[in-house]
Amino acid sequence: MSAPPARALPKPTPETQHFWDGCKAGELRLQRCRACAQSYFPPRPFCPKCGGREVEVYAASGRATLYSYVINHRPRPDMGTEPHSIAVVALEEGPRMMTNIVNCPQTPEALRLDMALTVTFSPQSEEISLPLFQPAGA
Amino acid sequence: MKPPSLKPGSIAIVGASETTRLGVIPDVSNLGLHLDAALNALADAGLKPQDVDGLASANEHPWTVALELGITPKWVDATNVGGCSFMLHVRHAAAAIAAGYCTTVLITHGESGRSQVAAPRYAPQPASLMGQFETPYGVSAPATMFTIPVLRYLKERGATVEDLAQVAVVQREWAAKNPRAFAREPITVDDVLSSSMIAYPFRKLMCCLVTDGGGALVLTSAERARDFPAKPVYLLGSGESVESPIISQMEDFTSSKAFRVSGKAAFESAGISHADVDHLMIYDAFAHLPLYGLEDLGFCQPGEAKDFFRERRTAPPSEGKKGGPLPMNTNGGGLSYTHSGMYGMYALQESVRQLRGTAPAQVEGAKISVCHGVGSMFSAAGTVILGAEA
Repeated sequence: MSAPPARALPKPTPETQHFWDGCKAGELRLQRCRACAQSYFPPRPFCPKCGGREVEVYAASGRATLYSYVINHRPRPDMGTEPHSIAVVALEEGPRMMTNIVNCPQTPEALRLDMALTVTFSPQSEEISLPLFQPAGA
Repeated sequence: MKPPSLKPGSIAIVGASETTRLGVIPDVSNLGLHLDAALNALADAGLKPQDVDGLASANEHPWTVALELGITPKWVDATNVGGCSFMLHVRHAAAAIAAGYCTTVLITHGESGRSQVAAPRYAPQPASLMGQFETPYGVSAPATMFTIPVLRYLKERGATVEDLAQVAVVQREWAAKNPRAFAREPITVDDVLSSSMIAYPFRKLMCCLVTDGGGALVLTSAERARDFPAKPVYLLGSGESVESPIISQMEDFTSSKAFRVSGKAAFESAGISHADVDHLMIYDAFAHLPLYGLEDLGFCQPGEAKDFFRERRTAPPSEGKKGGPLPMNTNGGGLSYTHSGMYGMYALQESVRQLRGTAPAQVEGAKISVCHGVGSMFSAAGTVILGAEA
């Protein structure tokens, strides 16, 4: 049997490089507008609320809650063979992001909406670590 | 804000047809389905390809359709915002005809969604928003993306998976009345809830079909419409919008911003109220879409859409059970009629059939039809309101 394909990984752009560098360094980096204080994601060099270009990168808390999810029963070949969650989490700072919930049974009983989560970084290659989330206290 | 100046009823659909066959068509290419639908719609309008001076298409480029059919367009629209592209084509074509850019617009769609004969491939680039921020987490088919907001919707709205199942059951009742529908066997809520799990909470019968097919429309000004052989159907109003290419950035998982913007513009430009609507099409790639659509188009308050299905308000009369006052997805929808990938064209075809009085499951005396489409995963919306009279 041939080995399963390697997991599909992101390719950073100049506008998103700081985010992926942060993940590699174990830090969830968001951006914030200096003018209107809006935190936002995905990365871009200006504020999506007011259009201001004066923005800063900062380390988020890594705390989040489970906003919604599915459990994919037909995993992509590079995602293994077991059903797994594909989730969207609400970060404490406001923005939402897609992720997987890990260190937790992949069942509706264990995956409760609004449960508290914390980020954990999963190294995938020299360049890329993926920000995944696990139940707080796991 | 002043409503748009395009007068309701000033533009008409004078040709409409689907491909000769629907369902499994392994002997016709993606492009071939466009051309088959185009020739059928032109024949319906009593026109030859050379009579067309405006052209719109999405999953084959208009220049390809132009070459193959021998059309020299003076106006072109290659808008591709997924499955509701055709609603936007109708809207843009109406504006172009009113502006005098062209007189006779052909909108084509064809899709080898099931047989994949020379079909375009969609693969997100690893550096795109999806490639960076969604693909790494295992999303693949629409069933793993379009469905992600639904647990949040169910929780906020007090709805259940049984409500999702009931949508599929009602749509199948409509399909049973339609000889061209792909899936016509009656189903129950239990059947839906015991079909195979695709992406929890979605089971197979809550997901759309995968078929081959196509359709085409011919539009011109209402003044010219009476010179055509088929009964004209008039454009009363329309709307469009986009939100996000990635589902995780949809602003509110319980409501589509694109739906709300598009629906509001359509009702305002048509100058009608919800009580005027005789017939409704809401693009149902998955069972939750009619729930979002009913609420976001303003047919009910948030949280009330589930009652439309619990109370059979969109259902046909079936086995002694009464039909409802708002017949919806009367062809059987993407869940049971056909779904080649970009379903919006088939919804428009059913609205036209209902207003011409030629639908297999005809709604008695239907005068106004609202046809609402979605593009990609809540990424876009297009709404077209059609009338049997100008």
